[in-house]
Amino acid sequence: MSKQFEGRPRSIGVIGGGVAGLVTALSLKAAGFNVHLYEKNTQLGEETCSWFAGGMIAPWCERDGADDMVRDRGVEALTWWAEHCETISQNGSLVLSAARDRSEVIRFSRLTQEHISVGEREINDLESALSGRFQEGLFYPREAHIDPRIALPELERRFLKAGGEVTRGQEVIADDLLEEVIVDCRGLSARRELKTLRGVRGEMIRIHSSEVSFSRPIRLLHPRQPVYVVPRGNGILMVGATSIESDCHAPVTVRSAYELLEAVQRLHPALGEASIIEMSAGVRPALPNNIPNVEQRGRIIYANGLYRHGFLLSPWCARQIVELLQGAKGTVV
Amino acid sequence: MALNLYDCEIESRFLLGTARYPSPTILKSAIKAAGVEVVTVSLRRESLGLSGEAKATGQNFWSLISQSGARILPNTAGCHSVKEAVTTAQMAREVMGTNWIKLEVISDDVALNPDVFGLVDAARILIEEGFNVFPYTTADLGVGERLVRAGCKVLMPWAAPIGSGQGLSDRNALQAYRQHFASVPLIIDAGIGRPSQASEAMEMGFDAVLLNSAVSRAGDPVLMAQAFAQAIEAGHAAYKACPIEPYQGAMPSSPLMGRADLS
Repeated sequence: MSKQFEGRPRSIGVIGGGVAGLVTALSLKAAGFNVHLYEKNTQLGEETCSWFAGGMIAPWCERDGADDMVRDRGVEALTWWAEHCETISQNGSLVLSAARDRSEVIRFSRLTQEHISVGEREINDLESALSGRFQEGLFYPREAHIDPRIALPELERRFLKAGGEVTRGQEVIADDLLEEVIVDCRGLSARRELKTLRGVRGEMIRIHSSEVSFSRPIRLLHPRQPVYVVPRGNGILMVGATSIESDCHAPVTVRSAYELLEAVQRLHPALGEASIIEMSAGVRPALPNNIPNVEQRGRIIYANGLYRHGFLLSPWCARQIVELLQGAKGTVV
Repeated sequence: MALNLYDCEIESRFLLGTARYPSPTILKSAIKAAGVEVVTVSLRRESLGLSGEAKATGQNFWSLISQSGARILPNTAGCHSVKEAVTTAQMAREVMGTNWIKLEVISDDVALNPDVFGLVDAARILIEEGFNVFPYTTADLGVGERLVRAGCKVLMPWAAPIGSGQGLSDRNALQAYRQHFASVPLIIDAGIGRPSQASEAMEMGFDAVLLNSAVSRAGDPVLMAQAFAQAIEAGHAAYKACPIEPYQGAMPSSPLMGRADLS
């Protein structure tokens, strides 16, 4: 299944304009290839689960509930996004729990690295809106976050500016494309070709609060209903996210909305007065080990299974593809 | 000797829940590494992925669990009423093709304690419908009696509240439970956090241990599953080996007679 390409390909087609496709297209372009990006939707973000992502570049926090590999492959994303997204916020991330769920913070600190234990005073210094509400937490100073709805259009602009071509609103089939090499980043749409791909549904809510604002993503741990809040500027907070073994695209369920909104009020009661401005659901593509894979079959390279880690692991995936096509690595399995 | 559950011989005394693992692959590795033969699966929305396109392509959480080769014990986790639990059990039988059911009727969403009245009612209904019921119950003897009278051939008392990891919170009650139901297979279900606690339950003579969070939320679930398998086996062997009782004071392990007289 893994065979060497013969020489450097003259042209590359990338299918799929989500975060995986865009990061790959841009990375290939930067490496000097001729790249054409194909996306079936007309509007950026439509039907793309990246559009609904948290955009947290949090390799250490993500170790909770994931493999070491996610952390190891995710660290390079911090540099990549800092170089490719002007609006990146490098303020770290904060992990908290209510006093009665203290055991969750202890568990989290054991599982993760690169954190500093913070007490009430430090928490107040970091996020004054939480003044006096939490006594104990973990601060991850090296982590960052971006807004997918700003970052994705920026990637496309950079790609076009670098001379990349984009075709939208047209569903293409790899075999019909004339480019020498095809990179398939279609996510779940590739499930016919990638038999072990499954969908994991995620739901998110955007709220607007004129009272409470944060400077960095905050994860509120809870044995049953953990939640994270990512600031988007202008009083907007993204609240996420559920993770349900289902590939159902239906709108957010009552129960999920209830759980997310209940949890966010535990972070700050004033968020109960915030306005709900959006509720959305998306389905993430996942492989059985929930870790992305880059696999070559003839002239097609499949990069898929980014699961909850599209923004964190796309740079790693893109680098695998670039190195493969540069012959730096020869083969990937 | 194997454990007999509804005329089914089970070698491993470690039953494992399938929720909240980092990935299906890790769950499968944990099942394999620990030699688990029975896994419990919830029919709730989080667990199976049996909707939409997944049904057609067959790629979902459910198919990944089925591939593990373990026997499936569906459960009615999160059901609050007799009706809900019975309907869920019926759906589980249809979807998973087994008449085994781990029956949970939950009384309170925060404490997750069993509603023992609803539990007995639901057990009666399901047993009449031909189910083999594994009831998640408290360590109350009276309730256990009712469940046995309803036709349960296995009882699953809790050690402590679900997910709490507190271990055997009422040893005397569990000891009494074991003595009272001497011939009923008893499985400790819920509340176990560490292998030493599972071992202790087995030393007390319980037949098996069922747990989930202690493995799925551990830093290395596969290694933790192995640790539990070893602890459960050790505890069971210790029970069979008939351990000594604690004694007030010291007891020399070498005989005092016949020592060399060096004075």
